[in-house]
Amino acid sequence: MRHLLDTRTLSRDDAILILDTAEDMAATQQREMKKLPTLRGKSVVNLFFEDSTRTRISFEAAAKRLSADVINFSAKGSSVSKGESLKDTAQTLQAIGADGVIIRHPASGAASRLASSGWIDAGVLNAGDGTHEHPTQALLDAFTMRRRLHGDASRGQSLDGVSVVIVGDIAHSRVARSNLWLLNALGAKVSLVAPETLLPFGVREWPVTLYHSLDDALATERPDVVMMLRIQTERMHAAFFPNEREYARNWGLDDARLARLTERAIVMHPGPMNRGLEISSGAADSPRSTVLEQVANGVSVRMACLFLLLSGERPQSERTEG
Amino acid sequence: MTTRTVLDGAEISRALTRISHEIIEANKGVADLVLVGIPTRGSMLARRIAEIISRIEGVDVPVGSLDTTMYRDDLAQHPTRAPHPTDMPMSVDGVTVVLVDDVLFSGRTVRAALDALGDHGRPKAVRLAALIDRGHRELPIRADYIGKNLPSSRDERISVKLTEHDGEDSVTISGGTREAGESA
Repeated sequence: MRHLLDTRTLSRDDAILILDTAEDMAATQQREMKKLPTLRGKSVVNLFFEDSTRTRISFEAAAKRLSADVINFSAKGSSVSKGESLKDTAQTLQAIGADGVIIRHPASGAASRLASSGWIDAGVLNAGDGTHEHPTQALLDAFTMRRRLHGDASRGQSLDGVSVVIVGDIAHSRVARSNLWLLNALGAKVSLVAPETLLPFGVREWPVTLYHSLDDALATERPDVVMMLRIQTERMHAAFFPNEREYARNWGLDDARLARLTERAIVMHPGPMNRGLEISSGAADSPRSTVLEQVANGVSVRMACLFLLLSGERPQSERTEG
Repeated sequence: MTTRTVLDGAEISRALTRISHEIIEANKGVADLVLVGIPTRGSMLARRIAEIISRIEGVDVPVGSLDTTMYRDDLAQHPTRAPHPTDMPMSVDGVTVVLVDDVLFSGRTVRAALDALGDHGRPKAVRLAALIDRGHRELPIRADYIGKNLPSSRDERISVKLTEHDGEDSVTISGGTREAGESA
């Protein structure tokens, strides 16, 4: 793999390779000595144009556990606020000799632009671009599902036949998009539940079943996984639903809906959670909830992605001088 | 390209039996002994040696499998390798670990294995068993137990096949041009 920009173009075999590698990484995190020498001498830049705590520290932990040198770049307080362009920033990183760039950017397509521009030789890893994709979040979600459903026999397994219901703000959610493509590649059946106003343009072309009622979706799909999305008020510049109480009543996972789930069903949330809005405290803290497992698995999955992106030989044609 | 069989199934079996006896003798029994194979075929050979030791001594010796991928120093010179699972049966603190691999060549895999093993604990001693020693060491590493010394030229290819993985037991050598200085 040269870059990891999205899950839409990720093959089933590549996805399973990443998840299996993450199993090996997770095993090393159980040891007293958690650090591996694998990426010693490599430099990884966390290029964050958008605020994030958990994704940035997860990538930082992953890179450090593989012995890479980590440079954290936050747009706030940098030359970006003086008007420096992405191209100039990229060329600075090239001059420093970065081997990998983890980019988060508010503009959809920024990671792909960086990877295809020729400004930089480094492997590019998309850590969230606008409302487009967030591939490592989807991979850690798939990893968590596989672990919960298959346990120790997870290695090599896909998610064939698993029913996943994704609920909430699909329109603004890069997590939902990345999950949809990845889960589809791994053989799961995906249903989306949202008010019409929170569904993106073109959603009817996607390989999904659509619901406007969470109760209908739970009754019809009998899901193995219910994934609640955060209501992203910071991205909402208009009224997408009447008020928060009505949203919680119609699309929130409350205690009554939690009780109706099948025995093996799990509840996922990419965090941070709005308790009482899209998810009740009862659901968030129940044994079905995988919220903290998702965070822990995030480090293993990101270690796997960094390893697969940065450890191998770079093709000769892509090596340039200077 | 000519392919020559160096060891057939019976000869591999005899070599492993001899290695098993040598391990028992050097260790003065099987107390505090762990066999750790290097995937893929090293792990299979470690299990076979454990079975032979179990038949001889009537005691089961713990067997593990240790992936070296994450510890290699040549990751940037090859296409990305997929790691194998590591499965250590017990703590290696204070025990004698016998590393088992199919072919001993440059020694870099064994160096990586020593680093990987160090992250699992501090063994009393580490020994090395290899079915084939083909020479061309790049590091000061030698095997304690060897199935067969097979002097080879660098461009020759040694292929170890084991029933568990390849459907047959054999060691073959192919390709290359025989060079001077390889007759030892």
